Amino acid sequence: MSLGTGIRLADLIAAICFILALRGLTGPKTARYGNLLGAGGMALAVAITFATNGLTHFLLIVGAMLIGAVIAVPAARLVKMTAMPQMVAAFNGVGGGAAALIALSTFLRAPAGSLAVYQVVEVLLGVVIGCVSFSGSCIAFAKLQEIMTGRAITYPGQQVWNGIVGVAILGLGVTVCVSSFNWLVAIVLVLALAFGVAFVLPVGGADVPVLISLLNSFTGLAVAASGFVLHSVVLVVAGTLVGASGTLLTQMMSRAMGRSLPNILFSAFGSVITATGGAEGDTTRSVRSASAEDVAILLAYANKVIIVPGYGLAVAQAQHTIRELADLLESRGVEVIYAIHPVAGRMPGHMNVLLAEANVPYEQLKEMDEANPEFQSADVALVVGANDVVNPAAKNNPDSPIYGMPILAVDEARNIVFMKRSMRPGFAGIDNELLFDPKTTMLFGDAKDSLTKVVAAVKAL
Amino acid sequence: MNGGDILSLITVFVLSAFVGFEVIAKVPSTLHTPLMSGTNAIHGVVLVGAMLVLGTASGTAQMALGFVAVVLATLNVVGGFVVTDRMLEMFKVRKPAKVSAESASAVAPSTEGGPK
Repeated sequence: MSLGTGIRLADLIAAICFILALRGLTGPKTARYGNLLGAGGMALAVAITFATNGLTHFLLIVGAMLIGAVIAVPAARLVKMTAMPQMVAAFNGVGGGAAALIALSTFLRAPAGSLAVYQVVEVLLGVVIGCVSFSGSCIAFAKLQEIMTGRAITYPGQQVWNGIVGVAILGLGVTVCVSSFNWLVAIVLVLALAFGVAFVLPVGGADVPVLISLLNSFTGLAVAASGFVLHSVVLVVAGTLVGASGTLLTQMMSRAMGRSLPNILFSAFGSVITATGGAEGDTTRSVRSASAEDVAILLAYANKVIIVPGYGLAVAQAQHTIRELADLLESRGVEVIYAIHPVAGRMPGHMNVLLAEANVPYEQLKEMDEANPEFQSADVALVVGANDVVNPAAKNNPDSPIYGMPILAVDEARNIVFMKRSMRPGFAGIDNELLFDPKTTMLFGDAKDSLTKVVAAVKAL
Repeated sequence: MNGGDILSLITVFVLSAFVGFEVIAKVPSTLHTPLMSGTNAIHGVVLVGAMLVLGTASGTAQMALGFVAVVLATLNVVGGFVVTDRMLEMFKVRKPAKVSAESASAVAPSTEGGPK
């Protein structure tokens, strides 16, 4: 067996590993195994690359890999669970950047005019998609990390400008293909970076994670394009797998939010609604606020409590405290379950990760469809730092921007306790009728402080 | 590096796209984020391409370009897998004696779970 055949065989095994890894990641029992299998396939693909005929600069390669690993491992290990989404954005962005650099460098080293048209197309696709993914991910990172405002940023004629930039990229690309003006590639590169930024700016708030998923599939496609450039089957296979599955995943995520993808990308959700929400006279309506002791009594003497955790819980790092409260209630014979909205936290599934970190038993976490019938028989629904995902306007107010979004049926519980910092509306920027409901009790304050007080009060009972 | 001609690559591309769509047809929303992170790690395979570019580079400019590409791609692949693994820790089979790493808000030591 020649060396070349060995490498291609190893690439095949790696590709199989990637496919099985993706399948593994779709089930809770197999997910970890799937991820490890993916890592194994990756290790094989990378290791065998060292055996490539004519490869030099081994020390440089190993050195660069060491630098990357020394930065990546602590970053990935130490990042707070709440900051996961922007971490994924960052790792996704650098992948897109790498793909763009690969395509670019192949282009630069080919003597002018020596590339066939289809080869130039491959290079351009790698550069453009890679750059869009890179700069887009940077902005998404900045938004989630709150380096810049998380809200949608809009300006007049935004879509028109984006369209012009897109057309310009296309036009210049065609020019590069049919002419020998190779320097135009530099302009294409800059325009693609600008397009990535402009593409992400009008997406705000809770929509950013869906966007990251989309950029993730872009990077997959950029990697596939660079695979075409280098004639590397394993790059094409893995890149395309991610491109396709990432697109599907993006659709699933937006469906979980009850929105369509174009709606998320182009409607500038977060900004428009702030103008209409809140303010007018709502402060005069009465809300019932209570002390931690009142809430403790309500909870301790209930038969069944459903906890609805939201982003506020994550921000306050209160997942351990809520677990403590749940344990305490269970020891008093109260049935406790957690109702997890598909987009609770900052991304679909994010809340499960946060609660699992606090060792909340997996069986207590109920997904929305499973949890909703439970609310009728619940004595208390304890809503911690969530708002939009329990807003009945999504069910009964066709004018509401979130109308149609699936929500948790908190309003069916006998009592509702909201732990919120203030009466401020949530991500979507709309008022929640439920806060004014007679069976609702408000406990204002930071989620962790409030929970700690309630825990102490339950202990004292 | 000889993956075959452009047509066989296109064949691979099209078939992979179908596989990518089919393989994740049904995912519980709990797993959306880990799956996104996992696919993010898999496109870290771009490292292989970056290695090829750096390994065949000549001249400072090309080498610098390749070097940066390898660093970025390694960030993607290593960070991607580690972050995904951390997310998936929730599906680990829990041992009763396991004590949470965060001792800041120490939970009662008995982690067997369930009412006593």
